[in-house]
Amino acid sequence: MHMSFDFPAQATRQLPSNLACRCVKVDAASWRRAAEELSASGGRFLTLWGADDRGRDGRFRIYAAYLLPQDVLVLEHDPGDVANPTYPSLASQFPSALRMERAIYDLLGVASTEPDNRGWLRHGGWPETVFPLRRDVDGTQQYPVVSEAYPFLQVEGDGVHEIAVGPVHAGIIEPGNFRFSVVGEKVLRLEERLGYTHKGIAKRFEEMRQHDGYRLAARLSGDSAAAFSWAYCAALEAIAGTVCPPRATNLRALALEHERLANHLGDLGALGNDAGFAFGLTQFSRLKEDLLRTNVAAFGARYLMDYILPGGVALDLPEHASRALLDQYLTLERDVKNLRSIYDEHGGLQDRFREAGRLEKDLAAKLGAIGLVGRASDVCCDLRVDHPWAPYDRLKATLVTQTSGDVAARVQVRFGEIGESLQLCRMLLEDVSSGPIRTEVPLAEPDRLGVGLIEGWRGPVMIALETGPDGAIRRCHAHDSSWQNWPLLEYAVLGNIVPDFPLINKSFNLSYSGHDG
Amino acid sequence: MSGITFIRQLAEVVLAIAIAPLFSGWIAQCRAWLQNRSAPPLLQPYRMLDKLFHKDAALAMDASALFRATPYVLFGAMALAAAIIPSLVTDLPLARVADAIALIGLFATARVFQSLAAMDIGTAFGTMGARREMMVGFLAEPALLMVLFNAFLVFGSTALPDLVDGYAAHRAAVDPSVIFAAVAFLMVLLAENARLPIDNPATHLELTMIHEAMLLEYSARHLALVEWASSLKLFNYACIGFALFLPWGIATHGQDGGLPLFLAFAALIGKLALAGAALAFVESLSAKLRIFRAPEYLAMAFLIAVLGLLVHLLLRA
Repeated sequence: MHMSFDFPAQATRQLPSNLACRCVKVDAASWRRAAEELSASGGRFLTLWGADDRGRDGRFRIYAAYLLPQDVLVLEHDPGDVANPTYPSLASQFPSALRMERAIYDLLGVASTEPDNRGWLRHGGWPETVFPLRRDVDGTQQYPVVSEAYPFLQVEGDGVHEIAVGPVHAGIIEPGNFRFSVVGEKVLRLEERLGYTHKGIAKRFEEMRQHDGYRLAARLSGDSAAAFSWAYCAALEAIAGTVCPPRATNLRALALEHERLANHLGDLGALGNDAGFAFGLTQFSRLKEDLLRTNVAAFGARYLMDYILPGGVALDLPEHASRALLDQYLTLERDVKNLRSIYDEHGGLQDRFREAGRLEKDLAAKLGAIGLVGRASDVCCDLRVDHPWAPYDRLKATLVTQTSGDVAARVQVRFGEIGESLQLCRMLLEDVSSGPIRTEVPLAEPDRLGVGLIEGWRGPVMIALETGPDGAIRRCHAHDSSWQNWPLLEYAVLGNIVPDFPLINKSFNLSYSGHDG
Repeated sequence: MSGITFIRQLAEVVLAIAIAPLFSGWIAQCRAWLQNRSAPPLLQPYRMLDKLFHKDAALAMDASALFRATPYVLFGAMALAAAIIPSLVTDLPLARVADAIALIGLFATARVFQSLAAMDIGTAFGTMGARREMMVGFLAEPALLMVLFNAFLVFGSTALPDLVDGYAAHRAAVDPSVIFAAVAFLMVLLAENARLPIDNPATHLELTMIHEAMLLEYSARHLALVEWASSLKLFNYACIGFALFLPWGIATHGQDGGLPLFLAFAALIGKLALAGAALAFVESLSAKLRIFRAPEYLAMAFLIAVLGLLVHLLLRA
């Protein structure tokens, strides 16, 4: 990929990060032009966030992060007039930016030029004139929750009707509102509405100490605790200039792969169950449970909460535990292989999986598919492979992709990644670099921005951390790849029948909590 | 009608109502075992009913009298159907009033009420469930009729007790067409009772539901009655199957003593145990069909039943 214009050197600075990362200050014209160039040359849009710096230099700031083949590019833009700050929308180049722009307006009151200005996270929880991420709001004010009208796009025509599903569902699952426009059983349009689990995480970060923030990051989306806490620690360590000891780095990667394994096992069972094959759920749940119990023995927590912390990890892995893990991988591998052949050879199951929720490669690439969903549509992206950080730079992970982009492809990617993760875990355990598992992280200098970017099991998760004075956090933006992939679900379901939606949705298995923040 | 036949008639209905949840509980147990899960207790369905009867009913604001009456209609229809089907004895006074075709009509009545009640509230899910239920129902009924015609051709009557008596009289002559009819019947039974591969009784995914979607607005005693009626329907279908294909042990005309009745009861329990295990086995092996495959599935059942008819006619010729 080649960018036909270069940024002036004096506007460019390197950002502390676990990957190569630079930050460029741009004006509105360059901001827009960069988006066009990056979109045309296949750059990946990662995330968008804003900060209230009025107390420091009287400005708001908007940041956009892109993944380039060689590094991460963060563009910093000043949205001007503090009374009415506005920046050019990225949504026409990168459609997934639209919801982020709406969320930024809800939280910070900095508007994009995009005409769709419906609230995204606010849901009537605070007045339209209050912007909680601004520094003059201290987060202690209480507002009555008011019910607000939210206009969904109407589809008109003979026999078209709407089915509203959620946010309260028949099962105990996370809340999301799905508005289907259907003819008979066929889906003509799906519009999502999310934000029901907005917890104000970004504001909460600002009240925390740098050395405690990893705990909140781990709880952003409980199934990605290792990924988020690693991303947080990576950002903090990079700012503080600390290098994590090699043994701790290995153990972090081991935890991350365990997280991937546990989630893939759970999803494969749930996918079988959603197609009415309860046997699959029982078997995969058993395997997942065994793994979670192993996590307690090896990492001290079932879902790896607080295992990865600044400077290293919380617990060392004794030799006998490491041997037990290797034994367990053998049985896990054998059981998964058997179950895979049952899934592959079950006519009824394959009939449900194939052709359901197909996302073609071109569309997936154009809409910015990322992570597991992208890989199932042959959009090759995996930070562990294309932007490896320690210890993945040494492990040489293999990319697992599929081309068909349907539920069956997402099932196969999960099976493939279980095998690949087990290989990585073995390599990590065989590498017996002994040594300390933790090092001291000094207080970071204030007003420094750092980026942590980790490939979680869904896709990349990112933490952009800005330090405050005396170990405080000035601003912390956490990004889950679900932001990119939620809009894709609306496309994947088009032309499918309503009763196939739960299966397609499960095959994406995106995070509500991670998205809502 | 003598007093004793009346008492037996009553006893049969009471027995059906009493043990229908047990049959559902048994199937749930078998399913759990087949999936290597530890099973819920056999009496779990009764506990569920007990719990529901002790709750206060919540009704949607727009619920009409139809919505409130439907659980009683369903339960009544299924209890009446149990009175027509010879599960223990064939000498049933009520069975003379209605033959098997009327029985199908009775099931259809229940279905119409349930669908109307589901649409009564006006939620998207109720309507969705009702329209899927009607689709499955109108495809299943002809297949079921064909199965029954098959049996009628063999014994020359449309009354289920006559079939059982007929079997008893010509014990040796098992018509090969019956095998076709039995396969078709099993397929219809699964579809009509909201079982896999057509519907998934255990799902929590509201968009995939057929039967469950129609019950979403019911609570407490209403829900208890509807659930009870569902298990009674399954029990009735099993008993129709026994009467058509496995009639051994049912006390026929003239076998009035206590011993035949006891043997009939023992045979019924044994057959239910086997049928429950077999149903659970079939269900555990299958995944749920995509909903537009349901017509193919039921057309297949219809076709197999028709083949049975043809086989019968050819062999007779």
